[in-house]
Amino acid sequence: MPDSSQPSTQPSIGALALIAVIVAAGAGAFAYTAGWLSPGRLTPARLVNSLAPPGGAVPGHRRNHAKGICFTGVFESNGNGAEFSRAQVFARGRYAALGRFNLGSPDPVAPDAAVRVRGMGLQLSTPDGAVWRTAMIDPPIFAVATPAAFYELQTASHSPDPDAIKRFVAGHPEFMAFADWAKHAPWTASYAQDAFNGLNAFIVVDASDAPRAVRWSLRPQAPVVAVTPDALAKLGPNHLEQEIAARVAQGPQRWTMVLTLADPGDLTADPSKAWPAGRRSVDVGTLVVEQIEAERDGPCRDINFDPTILPDGIRLSDDPFPAARSAAYARSYDLRTAETKHYPYHEQPTAGGRQ
Amino acid sequence: MINPAKRFTVPQRALHWLMAACILAMLFIGVGMVSTVTPAYVPLVATHKTLGIAILLLALIRLAVRLRSGAPALPADLPAPMKRAAELSHYALYALMIAMPLIGWAMMSTAAYPVVLYGGIRLPAILPQSSTLHALLWDAHAYLAFAFFALILLHIAAALFHALVRRDGVFSAMAPLPSRGESAPAE
Ligand code: HEM
Ligand code: HEM
Ligand code: HEM
Repeated sequence: MPDSSQPSTQPSIGALALIAVIVAAGAGAFAYTAGWLSPGRLTPARLVNSLAPPGGAVPGHRRNHAKGICFTGVFESNGNGAEFSRAQVFARGRYAALGRFNLGSPDPVAPDAAVRVRGMGLQLSTPDGAVWRTAMIDPPIFAVATPAAFYELQTASHSPDPDAIKRFVAGHPEFMAFADWAKHAPWTASYAQDAFNGLNAFIVVDASDAPRAVRWSLRPQAPVVAVTPDALAKLGPNHLEQEIAARVAQGPQRWTMVLTLADPGDLTADPSKAWPAGRRSVDVGTLVVEQIEAERDGPCRDINFDPTILPDGIRLSDDPFPAARSAAYARSYDLRTAETKHYPYHEQPTAGGRQ
Repeated sequence: MINPAKRFTVPQRALHWLMAACILAMLFIGVGMVSTVTPAYVPLVATHKTLGIAILLLALIRLAVRLRSGAPALPADLPAPMKRAAELSHYALYALMIAMPLIGWAMMSTAAYPVVLYGGIRLPAILPQSSTLHALLWDAHAYLAFAFFALILLHIAAALFHALVRRDGVFSAMAPLPSRGESAPAE
């Protein structure tokens, strides 16, 4: 500490050195917090980069589930969910729905029959101003138990080393249940026949704040017709989008929303493990898809179906995925919205970019 | 506006130090949250939004207080370019503490994200949805944040230079508590 009773005219080396140390420590702490000094940290950027196919990510598009088509409609809530959650979306009523059917691939032009996992992004909005977003897929369990394992899976599946996947599976036995589903579960030739499962566990709270762990699913009301991947391939690379557009033009398509309630002690932190059969499940309403629009100029295009966007009455559980997904989806959203010149809107014909 | 007193008023000093802590926290939370995929990500983002909006409100109050109470004169022997640099850097700091939260809020609006703070407080969108604007604001929020941090480091270095080297009363003008040397500034 300087002694202020002796004002010096000469800059003291000690004081200058102290200032330099303080500034350098501040800059260093900032760089450390930002991860610039920790190349090994799993950042949203690394997680998103790991999804890129060998040729690199396709600019302007979602970094995963890149091929998709928008829909709008309503969610007809039957009021059964109100016992568990105070969110308005579970009170009896009709609420605006916006969503996106998609294929789980980073390639926006992947042929339908080449992609095993299908998904749905969904946003439900209620008059109280609350917004609920969720992104669900058709397998009944997730492929891996942790976000870090998801990263390892991507890295292994893009590795030139033919043994990489074998090594990954050896270290992640939970993957076998997913592999089994991928091999044996029937395919369909319509998004309208697919079930979409949230897989991650959330906590719903009622008016008295009582918490219950839940997972949710959308079960198709259309009869399911199994097809082989070969038969699907013969229908053309974009059959699913053409089919859902034609089908919805004929009449609205419906899915039942089901909440599955955990018993005390059920594991909520691991979406690769299904809860034991026989858990209580409650039909809480019907998603009615009324209109289909192409993604390019559609209302789902610039929406991020971030699974942490929840109304009051639904909260995160100890499942680590929603947070990791939120971080990764934001990164993907930031990148793709900065690349619209690679995927121009139709209203803005390309004259050296758009707007 | 020059305040004849040697020190900033108590509300000015209180706001300065409260906001210094909040703004430094915001910068660290900002770069920390965008570099993690752990469960801490969600509460960090919620804190970032809430504290950021609190900073916007505090900055507006602070600006009003500043316009009313003024500031003590800089030491007469401070070279004119340094005075100018001090003034300009203070304008820039005020501009950033108001602009940064507005840009963050606008950026979320253009992405059609609901802007929900702690306590369930829901803010309206301040711009329409637009990917073009989002891309612009995203860059602005990040680059201005880095500029803000660099300016703060410079500001801290200058403050310490006044305190430890020049000992000219500039530091004690903003010091949270009166310092021992206050009666004998080197003016
Ligand atoms: C850590 C694990 C995961 C990562 C890194 C990841 C990554 C991504 C990314 C980057 C996107 C594109 C987001 C955008 O640009 O808007 C995406 C979309 C999607 N993901 Fe994930 N994901 C993960 C886990 C999951 C899980 C567990 C599910 C299902 C339960 C899921 C279902 C979906 C769906 C349905 C979409 C498409 C949403 C839309 O239509 O916009 N993902 N994912
Ligand atoms: C996080 C960041 C900070 C911000 C945004 C900030 C901002 C400001 C602003 C805008 C002023 C001008 C006051 C006015 O004219 O109304 C000021 C003055 C001052 N600040 Fe800071 N400050 C920060 C941190 C610090 C720190 C850490 C120190 C000490 C090491 C410090 C020391 C001072 C001093 C001594 C003055 C008085 C300068 C004068 O008399 O004109 N500040 N600060
Ligand atoms: C004093 C005010 C603020 C400061 C100093 C600040 C600082 C930062 C910093 C340093 C980052 C990380 C940038 C990067 O490395 O990419 C960041 C990101 C972000 N900030 Fe702020 N911020 C402020 C206010 C706000 C407010 C009020 C909001 C919203 C209401 C906001 C929303 C965001 C969001 C959403 C991101 C993540 C952007 C992304 O997707 O990468 N910020 N901020």
